[in-house]
Amino acid sequence: METTTSPIKLTAKDFASDQEIKWCPGCGDYSILKQVQTILPEYVSQKENLVFISGIGCSSRFPYYMDTYGMHSIHGRATAVATGVKVANPSLEVWVIGGDGDLMSIGGNHLIHLLRRNPNLKLVMFNNEIYGLTKGQYSPTSHKGLVTKSTPYGSVDEPFNPAELALGAKASFFARTLDRDPKHQQQIFRRVAEHHGTAFVEVYQNCPVFNDDTFALLTEKETKKEHSIYVEHGKPLVFGQTESKGIRLDGLNPVVVDLTAGVSVSDLWIHDETDKTKAFLLARFADIENMPRPFGVFYQENRACFDEELVQQINRTKDQKGRIPLHKILSGDKTWGIV
Amino acid sequence: MSNEHNSHSEKQIEIQDTDSVVVRFSGDSGDGMQLTGMQFTDTTALMGKDISTFPEFPAEIRAPAGTVAGVSGFQIHFGSKEIFTPGDAYDVLVAMNAAALKTDIKRVRKGGTIILNTAGFDTKNLKLAHYPDGANPLEDGTLDEFKVYRIDITRLTKEALKDTGLGMKEIDRCKNMFVLGLLFWMFDKSMEYTITSLQEKFSKKPDLLQANITALKSGWNYGDTTEVFTTRYHIAKATLPPGTYRNISGNQALAIGAIAAAEKAGLQLFLGSYPITPASDILHELSKYKANGVKTFQAEDEIAAICAAIGAAYTGALGMTTTSGPGMSLKTEAIGLATMLELPLLIVDIQRGGPSTGLPTKTEQADLLMAMYGRHGEAPLPVIAAATPADCFDAVYEAIKISIEHMVPVIFLSDGYIANGSEPWRFPTPDQLIPIAPPFSTAHNNTAGNFLPYKRDEKGVRPWVIPGTPGLEHRIGGLEKQHETGNVSYDAQNHELMIKLRAEKVQKIADAIPLLQPDSGKDTGKLCVLGWGSTYGAIKSSLIELREEGVEVSHIHLRHLNPFPKNLGELLQRFDKVLIPEINSGQLLQLIRSKFLTDAVGFNKVQGLPFTTIELKQKIKEVYLT
Repeated sequence: METTTSPIKLTAKDFASDQEIKWCPGCGDYSILKQVQTILPEYVSQKENLVFISGIGCSSRFPYYMDTYGMHSIHGRATAVATGVKVANPSLEVWVIGGDGDLMSIGGNHLIHLLRRNPNLKLVMFNNEIYGLTKGQYSPTSHKGLVTKSTPYGSVDEPFNPAELALGAKASFFARTLDRDPKHQQQIFRRVAEHHGTAFVEVYQNCPVFNDDTFALLTEKETKKEHSIYVEHGKPLVFGQTESKGIRLDGLNPVVVDLTAGVSVSDLWIHDETDKTKAFLLARFADIENMPRPFGVFYQENRACFDEELVQQINRTKDQKGRIPLHKILSGDKTWGIV
Repeated sequence: MSNEHNSHSEKQIEIQDTDSVVVRFSGDSGDGMQLTGMQFTDTTALMGKDISTFPEFPAEIRAPAGTVAGVSGFQIHFGSKEIFTPGDAYDVLVAMNAAALKTDIKRVRKGGTIILNTAGFDTKNLKLAHYPDGANPLEDGTLDEFKVYRIDITRLTKEALKDTGLGMKEIDRCKNMFVLGLLFWMFDKSMEYTITSLQEKFSKKPDLLQANITALKSGWNYGDTTEVFTTRYHIAKATLPPGTYRNISGNQALAIGAIAAAEKAGLQLFLGSYPITPASDILHELSKYKANGVKTFQAEDEIAAICAAIGAAYTGALGMTTTSGPGMSLKTEAIGLATMLELPLLIVDIQRGGPSTGLPTKTEQADLLMAMYGRHGEAPLPVIAAATPADCFDAVYEAIKISIEHMVPVIFLSDGYIANGSEPWRFPTPDQLIPIAPPFSTAHNNTAGNFLPYKRDEKGVRPWVIPGTPGLEHRIGGLEKQHETGNVSYDAQNHELMIKLRAEKVQKIADAIPLLQPDSGKDTGKLCVLGWGSTYGAIKSSLIELREEGVEVSHIHLRHLNPFPKNLGELLQRFDKVLIPEINSGQLLQLIRSKFLTDAVGFNKVQGLPFTTIELKQKIKEVYLT
């Protein structure tokens, strides 16, 4: 997204619609809405060019609360609708909003194809590891064993690892942040806004009603520093209550090391957003016992965007062949006359 | 037919003057029969005959060679009189192997001509075609009623091309050109056009080009010089209305109809589509028009295809999606969304035999009730059907005009028969096309407060305000919306009102539809045949023949299935009887009976095939006489 200068600077409030917000009290969605509205004025001077497209689910009510153009579409299909919007009019700024069920379950097919095509749009996945709007069934990101209404004896369903899935589908950008950390969210949303290509961000979001505290280890003061790690490009992977731990790479194996026991910071893994192999390793942390959960931009690359390549192809063809006049299209190449 | 004798070369050649002929090319899927048929068609059309074609091929790309399942046929009916169907019975059958003969012999007219490739009748081929052990149709009297030419086309082609240096496989693939050359000779046609198109096709493969031309000419010379053939056919030019014509298939006509409508409306055309038989050709055709800014998006599935088209429509493009029955099933939820959003969208269903995967390459008219009712909730939509290949242009143009000007998704029904079939088309000039006016708005419509995206005009149509329009930012969605504001509303009375307003908007389209006139016959009488879609040609031909026999029956044909033209009920009442022939079990019949309480009678066929004139005539007569 280009930063544009404008005589009238918009504020976060300008992006809030007049509709009453109907998420449950304490829902993590409020914070995400607020952070998006907060960063947008830095990037958008003409809000008429902004389009929010969502699917179905609690998070998908998001467009109704934005005073921009928007469409609340159908379950799982926001990515497909948004592709059409962006391809038909690449000058629009398109944000896709969805939940884990919406984007990874019913919309799973469209998600992977969106990522491989890499149109220049933003994709925010609210991951609460549960179906909220339908009142509490396990989702494709729920951990195994989760007891829900549809899994009274615990889920026996292996979940997706969203980061791994995204990178496997050739995402050009993947980042993770969480609802309880507004500052980090804003940082990440800025990166999302600045990325050229499909910017996929997973936001851990607490559902206080159906899956409360599922991310408690990562959000509560007592535990979060031990269980999460904030990665930044060019910086070593350090974490822990007193920043006393780090991650070292032993070949392709990440190992937690104690910085108070003789290991120096210079021995640690330095985060490199452009290294896809390491991005995959970071993605794997969620599935490895005792590894902290990474937050930040895992991976970022600049590669061709579908919407732009299509326009380029059209322009090239126009230059080479010229527009075919309608009368020629109607007549075709072979005609005959009857008098 | 009148016969005359004429001396040609050194042999006696009988020239048969006839006003129409049906030729069927039949062979293995790998024999190139479709290409042969299309070349024969193009040349025939360019020589000023009226034509109607019917390609018929298996669902498998290469079904086991030599089997009945693998038979691919191309039928062309051409003549100097007006032609409305590909014809019931074949005057000439070309059978490249035993399976082809077995499949098609039952439709060769008595006394008709059969040209056999004898190489396709060896023991192996007879066995593959499941002729009983020892049985051989070439020897057992099966062919007694026909004029039969036994030619070893395979060997003759080999002979002709033996010095080309090509491999056996490549040489064998040229035998369809030998057949084409022979048929050109029989029907006194020029090879010029085919040679030109071969030059285009093989411009980078001179050896293949030369081989194909040699095979083509060898076929012609074989007819001209051998003593085998004693008959050539002569058909006068057709007496079509004066004008400039081109040959066109239904899917082609549909594609350029969409381009024309988009251009006339000043909109970018966006097609979201997923490959499916028999609709894929529209995707192929539109993908060629990049230089005109046409955007085609081959989506990951049917659902993404329509959703992307909805997204494009939201931005102010002409959104379009093309599919067939199974794809329609998948798109259904998104069609509901488009109905709820009230955006223009063209949904094309090229019907094929169903349910499920059904008969992918065969024709059927069985999606009418799905188009009418196949959505959850009450979501009526305009439904428009094309009658003939060329009519796909006019019908789709009108469908798009309705969709744009009434802000409503339109379902367009064609079927495999007219999608692949072709006929001469007296194409319009751009200035003959009526204007299309998108209801775009950039004006605020509510001085008292927020912009009202669902405020309607007298036609019940809301304004089309697209993203990028300053000051009119608004949200739309699939949740029920409040009248005018478009805000989410669960209010009971509001929901009923919105259901009513959306339905009324569709009904009001009838004000823009011309009153219905009989296609032929009087507007009152004993019997009218009411048809829709691709049954047009068969009904038309039947009634022409019946009129010659002194039976006066009227033909009413529907393009608008929803809403019906305003005078339909009144028109039907003027007939003692109404007969509705359909390639389904009686779907329009059900609509007509329930809407007008008319005691209409159905005539139904669900065999994956169009009506023949013979069977339709017989039924019409039967109803007429009882």
